Amino acid sequence: MPVPKRKPNMARKKVPMPEQEPQVRIRNFAEVALGYTPAQAVEEARRCLQCKEPRCIQGCPVNVPIPDFIKLIEEERFVEAYKKIVETNNLPAICGRVCPQEIQCERYCLRGEKGEPVAIGRLERFAADYAASLSGSGGRKRIRRSFKPKGKVAVVGSGPAGLTCATDLAKAGYEVTIFEALHTPGGVLVYGIPEFRLPKSVVQREVDNVKKLGVDIQTNMVIGKVLSMDELFAQGYQAVFVGTGAGLPVFMRIPGENLNGVMSANEFLTRVNLMKGYRFPEYDTPVKVGRRVAVVGGGNVAMDAARCALRLGTEKVYIIYRRSEEEMPARREEVHHAKEEGIEFRFCTSPVRILGDDHGWVKGMECVEMELREPDASGRRRPVVKPGSEHVVNVETVIIAIGTTPNPLVARTTPGLALTEFGGIAADEATGQTSREGVFAGGDIVTGAATVILAMGAGKRAAKAIDEYITTKQWR
Amino acid sequence: MNRIIRKRVLGPAVKLIEVESPLIAKKVQPGQFVMLRVHEKGERIPMTISDYDRQKGTVTIIFQEVGKTTMLLGRLEEGDSILDLVGPLGKPTDLQGLERVVAIAGGLGVALVFSQIKELHRRNSKVDCIIGARNKDLVLLEEEIEPFCTNLYIVTDDGSRGERGFVTDVLKRLLDEGRRYDRAIAVGPLNMMKVVSDLTRQYGLPTVVSMNPIMVDGTGMCGCCRLTVGGQIKFACVDGPEFDGHLVDFDEVIKRTAMYWEEEKIAVELLQQRL
Repeated sequence: MPVPKRKPNMARKKVPMPEQEPQVRIRNFAEVALGYTPAQAVEEARRCLQCKEPRCIQGCPVNVPIPDFIKLIEEERFVEAYKKIVETNNLPAICGRVCPQEIQCERYCLRGEKGEPVAIGRLERFAADYAASLSGSGGRKRIRRSFKPKGKVAVVGSGPAGLTCATDLAKAGYEVTIFEALHTPGGVLVYGIPEFRLPKSVVQREVDNVKKLGVDIQTNMVIGKVLSMDELFAQGYQAVFVGTGAGLPVFMRIPGENLNGVMSANEFLTRVNLMKGYRFPEYDTPVKVGRRVAVVGGGNVAMDAARCALRLGTEKVYIIYRRSEEEMPARREEVHHAKEEGIEFRFCTSPVRILGDDHGWVKGMECVEMELREPDASGRRRPVVKPGSEHVVNVETVIIAIGTTPNPLVARTTPGLALTEFGGIAADEATGQTSREGVFAGGDIVTGAATVILAMGAGKRAAKAIDEYITTKQWR
Repeated sequence: MNRIIRKRVLGPAVKLIEVESPLIAKKVQPGQFVMLRVHEKGERIPMTISDYDRQKGTVTIIFQEVGKTTMLLGRLEEGDSILDLVGPLGKPTDLQGLERVVAIAGGLGVALVFSQIKELHRRNSKVDCIIGARNKDLVLLEEEIEPFCTNLYIVTDDGSRGERGFVTDVLKRLLDEGRRYDRAIAVGPLNMMKVVSDLTRQYGLPTVVSMNPIMVDGTGMCGCCRLTVGGQIKFACVDGPEFDGHLVDFDEVIKRTAMYWEEEKIAVELLQQRL
């Protein structure tokens, strides 16, 4: 039996990651979690048992070779650790920050059976940030292409799915163009997830890394409006990947929803994050919240909106959620952060009407309490209104974060594309193939609103299938 | 990209710019708009495309300097470029089967309805156009639009040019005289579109209005531009910007448009201090 080279760190808990104190951070938009130091990273890396048959990898939608990169960190070969990760994951600084590791890689970690799992996400983030701190650009060099590209592929949408698909195709030798509707690439990474969870400089860095692989990113291009799918093919693109996400806000359809002070979370977060409304008037886009804010919903978007509202200087922020804490789809960590920051949770509460003043501004929201009954088709307990529980929450701003649906623009303007029941694009899960030859799709446009890493996994699989399709000219 | 090749001052604080944008020029239809951003820290604002030249690859925008962004846009000169220009957005105007149309344009509205009138003329429709303005200096594009109109009526609040009164006075007279139209197209300030719609409703004349609510992305992802039409929520940027004037809840739109007045004032004041 080989002598183990090192003794693992058998501490039951993860090495804590330094964070800004709640009372400090609610006054700024700077990142809450500060990241590991090299010494902390090595100490945490020593908690990994280097399993012979690592289960953590199966839990990762893009199958990062987790024990391998952790071993490199443990040996203080940090840049090599980073290079090991980017063999399979192109956006590690982002994934390390926003992946729900507790239901993915870390869920399968053996150490999680007795104590906390290895902090895989924090280590991934550390490696990416360390490499970037050395070179200022993530340590990746620009690829110079001396050979003829294998073909031309168009990618519609520059969110996590599109960025990943484009990178893998570029690595495989394709000439790739990404078409993005907004003026900044990144999709939900730039307009949705706030600066304090995912600094926009980090997103910029990762996007620059994608460009260094030779991917051309064209912003301000709304496909379906300025160019149709047919025109893309006519321009010589042999395949198109559609990763346009689920960016359409759902409203509650209750009275008072068009009052001034009622916003979709998409509008609020776009104003704050993409347009930097929190720095008005230095930046031109205004964003306004009242003294008291209600955020309706229980997902990550609701947590993000609530925590942004707090940082804009409001006095009181409520999360209004119709089920109980257990059913909340938001990450535990985000809920914990929100609570630390003083956000008040009103569980089993549902809005029925938004009340306005004479000038058309919100002055309150009438809610009812809910009782939870037997589970419904989605597996969550069905909420039923408790009679006589009507009450008013006094707020001046209401932010609606009850979900989004797929963006229909490409589907509406592309004949022959089969749709799913909820308006997304129907695509094969393994390949991303749609009903139209040469067109692939992946991410939220196919699945409905999900996670960054699942979108990346779909982008990755589609890139592989696109390569096969172009190489073999075989459709299915 | 987005280079300004022609600039004209049309009236007090009203400017015309012709911008190079071959892809937008190739696709745009009357009634559509663009979103633009002037500088790195800028906001996105919607602008109706007044005219386009597919061969030259240009689109024309006419705007009034009413706030910080339009003031910054107005300071750009020929040869300068607009940072971001996205489009064409929104649904094109449906001009199918219209034989007789009355177009009612208030203030800057004449610039916004210009491309529709031109297209109707090209399709041999008869267009009566009523241009309304506060005074003679604010009557825009009179000579440019005249060749495309069967009849052109000018009306000013103070009578300094054309008739004295409001666009609705002229419209009511024409309708009372028994003129028959397939449709009225009203473009201008919200209040004007509201009173025109109230008038045409009494005559059963179908009326299309062009809504200009606050927008952020302009592609349907935020709902900031939502309004109530016939009791339903619509997004002006993707479902419009044109709607049936008889179904629009104008009072709600008017309130929503005032949402950021304070902030808009602050931005203008800070800009003026800097200049």
